[in-house]
Amino acid sequence: MTGRDLAEQHRTEPDLDLAVGLRGASIGYGDVPVVQDVDLTVHPGEALAVLGSNGSGKTTLARGLLGLASVLGGEVTVLGAPVGRLRERGRVGYVPQRHTVSGAVPATVREVVGVGRLARRGLLGRPTAADRAAVADAIDAVGLGDRTRDPVASLSGGQQRRVLVARALAAEPELLVMDEPTAGVDAANQETLARVLAEVSARGTTLLVVTHEAGPLAGVLTRAVVVDHGRIRYDGPLAGAGPLAGDAGHHHPEDPDDHPGTGYRQHQPWTSSRPVRARDGEQ
Amino acid sequence: MEILQYGFMQRALLASLMVGLAAPAVGIFLVQRRLSLLGDGLGHVALVGVGVGVLTSTAPVGAALVAAVAGAVLIELVRARGRTSGDVALAVLFYGGIAGGVVLLSLAPAGQATNLDAYLFGAITTTSAGDLVAFGVITVVILSVVWLLGQRLYAVSDDEEYARAVGLPVLALNVVLAALVASTVVLSMRVVGLLLISALMILPSAVAQLLAGSFRQALLLACGIGLVVSLAGTTASYYTGTPSGGTIVLLAIALFLLVALGVAVREATGRRRHRRKVGLHAAHPHEHGEGCGHRPVPHGDHVDYDHDGHLHAPHRTGTGVHYDEHGEHPVPAPVEGKAGRP
Repeated sequence: MTGRDLAEQHRTEPDLDLAVGLRGASIGYGDVPVVQDVDLTVHPGEALAVLGSNGSGKTTLARGLLGLASVLGGEVTVLGAPVGRLRERGRVGYVPQRHTVSGAVPATVREVVGVGRLARRGLLGRPTAADRAAVADAIDAVGLGDRTRDPVASLSGGQQRRVLVARALAAEPELLVMDEPTAGVDAANQETLARVLAEVSARGTTLLVVTHEAGPLAGVLTRAVVVDHGRIRYDGPLAGAGPLAGDAGHHHPEDPDDHPGTGYRQHQPWTSSRPVRARDGEQ
Repeated sequence: MEILQYGFMQRALLASLMVGLAAPAVGIFLVQRRLSLLGDGLGHVALVGVGVGVLTSTAPVGAALVAAVAGAVLIELVRARGRTSGDVALAVLFYGGIAGGVVLLSLAPAGQATNLDAYLFGAITTTSAGDLVAFGVITVVILSVVWLLGQRLYAVSDDEEYARAVGLPVLALNVVLAALVASTVVLSMRVVGLLLISALMILPSAVAQLLAGSFRQALLLACGIGLVVSLAGTTASYYTGTPSGGTIVLLAIALFLLVALGVAVREATGRRRHRRKVGLHAAHPHEHGEGCGHRPVPHGDHVDYDHDGHLHAPHRTGTGVHYDEHGEHPVPAPVEGKAGRP
């Protein structure tokens, strides 16, 4: 069965209940598509890894769902509405690929996480007791309850990443999109993150995690999509996604400063026919 | 106080009070988003409005406000398009503004041309009662908008991409901020002048960011510093006969240098103390761990060890184990009223 046939099959499905629905979607910047003619269906409550090497288009795919990259063709729906519609405000959480939280002006953990709640509060809404509770809960969830009033800049890199996760959780999102949440994070922080995501997923939140190695989150993510040269090469169980999925071999837990340099690229080239076979095998 | 006996000085101090309070409240968002020079550009644009106002003999303050706000909205729209030509478009807008203003003012009836200096560098003693009313209205509007939308403006200034991703009205908030900057520019016109306005927006925030621990604290501190510097500068200019704008800005810069120096010295001595302790630790017979005899104290994502009255936080570096000093970390406080507001 070709990709086109698969796409036709998807087109007959209703997508109002979908967390994410892409039909023949092209996503890119300006007029240049990075992701082309992609079909993807994610149901509510799924925990999906979007895998791929650098430059494969996996981040662009995620940014298309968030309205940060343009949909140049086809159809992209998020939580049942086309991307960018007001309907989905506050229902989507986003953890950007940022190593640190570094504004010019100092801010406390609570102030940064509080931003996550804004979209839920309407144009002029003041914070209610429920908003404050959601912010406090989100900070507790990532294990930073005792650092609420500390300036974010005084936290370690891994802790700052957890602050960004808490910011996304404060919105109590139905769909949580994360871009490389484990890159450059030490083992202890990765474990905390995996535990938090497991809890979030258990509550029914849809997870979509863009990553170059799903290893640290293998216990949470169940399904994987492999993006290569702007197209989806594999869609199935995480375990079947090949070395990309489970490979944490280059990580050195005894070195907390382990930084994702250029080294991991060597693990990534994905030009063999294996992923295609993997998809065929699934039919 | 002799200075308060003159009507023009009373008006001058009132004007500088309003400017000192409002300018940093807007400026801190510019510092946060690293757009410190936007105020400067809008000052240029406002000069066209002044020119139109003087030429048509209507209120220059009102005309300047219209021109500056229109310019601000235009700039945000250009920025939102995000093209590389945006940079050039801004330059055209800024220099077109100042050139247009100079030409328009030169066309004004004889004797008016000398006013250019007053608008460029401030002429606080020429503040009229009518100006004060206009300034009062502008100040109230600026402070209420910052109070109402402060957290949202912070969100957009801090991480615009995230704000867009979660569906905050980014363009609208950017336009609001630009309009606030434009209003501040016009408000500060008489006191510090169009060319020095940016300084009063940026410098108090720059000082506050060195001292504050939270955004909310930084905002309040910046307003306080702005108020003190502005009033002190105006008062000083009365006694020394120097222009108010330059005096205020020099005071603010002096304060900034003083605080920056203080912070640098504090950090340097802190590092020296740390190095001494590290020397002590280098003589350690063991690495801390379970059963080493020192009381373990869980701290965030790691464990400190109580050692001779202070806490050791071991972490590995390229050269081996290194110890950070961690004090008693604060007892987690319950969430209270002001949660999350910057």
